[in-house]
Amino acid sequence: MRTESKLEKVLAAGHLAVTSECGPPRGSMADKVIEKGKYLHGVVDAVNVTDNQTAMVRMSSFAASVLLKQQGHNPLLQMVTRDRNRLAMQADILGAYALGIDTMLCLSGDHTRFGDHPMAMNVHDIDSVQLIQMVKNMRDEGKFQGGAEIKNPPKMFIGAAANPFADPFELRVLRLAKKIAAGADFIQTQCIFNVDKFEQWMEGVRARGLHKQTYILAGVTPIKSVGAARYMKNKVPGMDVPQEIVDRMAAVPKEKQPEEGIAICIETIERLKKVEGVAGFHIMAIDWEEKVKEIVERAGLLPRPQV
Amino acid sequence: MEYIKPFKRILLVGCNECVTVCAAGGRKEVGLLASGLHMAVLKSGATIEIREHTLERQCDPEYVEELVPMIDGVEAVMSMACGCGVQEIARRFKNKPVFPALNTKFMGASERQGVWSERCQGCGDCLLGMTGGICPIARCAKQLMNGPCGGSTGGHCEIGEDTDCAWALIWERLKALGQIERYVEITPAKDWRPGGGSGPRKIIREDLAE
Repeated sequence: MRTESKLEKVLAAGHLAVTSECGPPRGSMADKVIEKGKYLHGVVDAVNVTDNQTAMVRMSSFAASVLLKQQGHNPLLQMVTRDRNRLAMQADILGAYALGIDTMLCLSGDHTRFGDHPMAMNVHDIDSVQLIQMVKNMRDEGKFQGGAEIKNPPKMFIGAAANPFADPFELRVLRLAKKIAAGADFIQTQCIFNVDKFEQWMEGVRARGLHKQTYILAGVTPIKSVGAARYMKNKVPGMDVPQEIVDRMAAVPKEKQPEEGIAICIETIERLKKVEGVAGFHIMAIDWEEKVKEIVERAGLLPRPQV
Repeated sequence: MEYIKPFKRILLVGCNECVTVCAAGGRKEVGLLASGLHMAVLKSGATIEIREHTLERQCDPEYVEELVPMIDGVEAVMSMACGCGVQEIARRFKNKPVFPALNTKFMGASERQGVWSERCQGCGDCLLGMTGGICPIARCAKQLMNGPCGGSTGGHCEIGEDTDCAWALIWERLKALGQIERYVEITPAKDWRPGGGSGPRKIIREDLAE
């Protein structure tokens, strides 16, 4: 074991891990964070806390992670390289670890043009691969990126993202290989709707033996409505929603669509369970945290293992 | 317009170098801007005298010296050079207000007639030898050094269809050159000191400096 992370323990014991996410509020309401967290108690092994997702200002991932930690959750601190330089990020990693946060996800982040501050500078002092490398060196070598020694180095279980659906497709397995070489202990993928394409990507992953060097958590998202399905299909860069999913959502009346979205999500999990190399699931129920328990339960993933 | 409002006599200075090539501040543009300013000022019910002059280079002191005979006759200078030229004139003529006529944007290349796009950010530590001759610092919207983000779609950047994904271009180049293994090597965190991280940059060539 590299860390004390609950997520690492679950994965190392060979269980299918389950993570979900909590998007912090656009205001300083601690109660909102706590309320969202309530739906996830005993349902998941770690809770991703997003970092200014879609480049919209929100309560910091760090603060919301601490609030969740105080409620007994295992927060998974997301960190994007868009908003801060390496000094600020290392400072937060030290602070987070000092407050009991031992799991994180290293990302580059959506471009500011998608958010509410398109006039802001994109920092990108380092990129996501270099962030992974930095966190690993902090943990394993006890060194800051600048080379100086760290007293009581933070032992983070290090995650990275992978998008099997972005282009160029043939590069996507190599990109994963690069993140693993940099030090990614686990991977959370982009939402999977096109399972065939995901399986094709996993073939490439297995051919290089990458599934044995990292834990791959397959990302899934329940769709609330046919409108949401169309939006993700047409407007979100790097998302692959097949037409048949849109058609299936459109075929049921509006009030039945949330139920259909959840059914599709559970079927997707069942299909993904059969894919060799999938070590767990990351359920991204955006502003729909109350449905995560039902999904996890109906997918046969409850109770969560005690490790 | 706001800049020159208080003045009756100004000198409008063009530059024969880069701004001429990119049709932004050469002799021709000096003429066009001068007549445009004339009309605008007349319309507002005032008058202005605009002297026009275009220097060989505004970023070299010896050429800027050419302005000495005309500077006393004007109240202010407006420069159509890049920011370097504006600052060189300001440095030389300490008691004369100098205003920029252009917003200097980037170091780029001409894609086709009338279209220029950014190619270099002057980061001082060139990666082009590793990236197939395509710069991820200048041409990737997130200046990613280790490959495309999850937003790359059909060769386009996530910020818009009129922006190429630099990493899609790099990948095609590496394939064509048989250098796919270059991609797998991790590019470590960049040292930004030569890129401006250690303050304003200066180059001193001992063999040329006086």
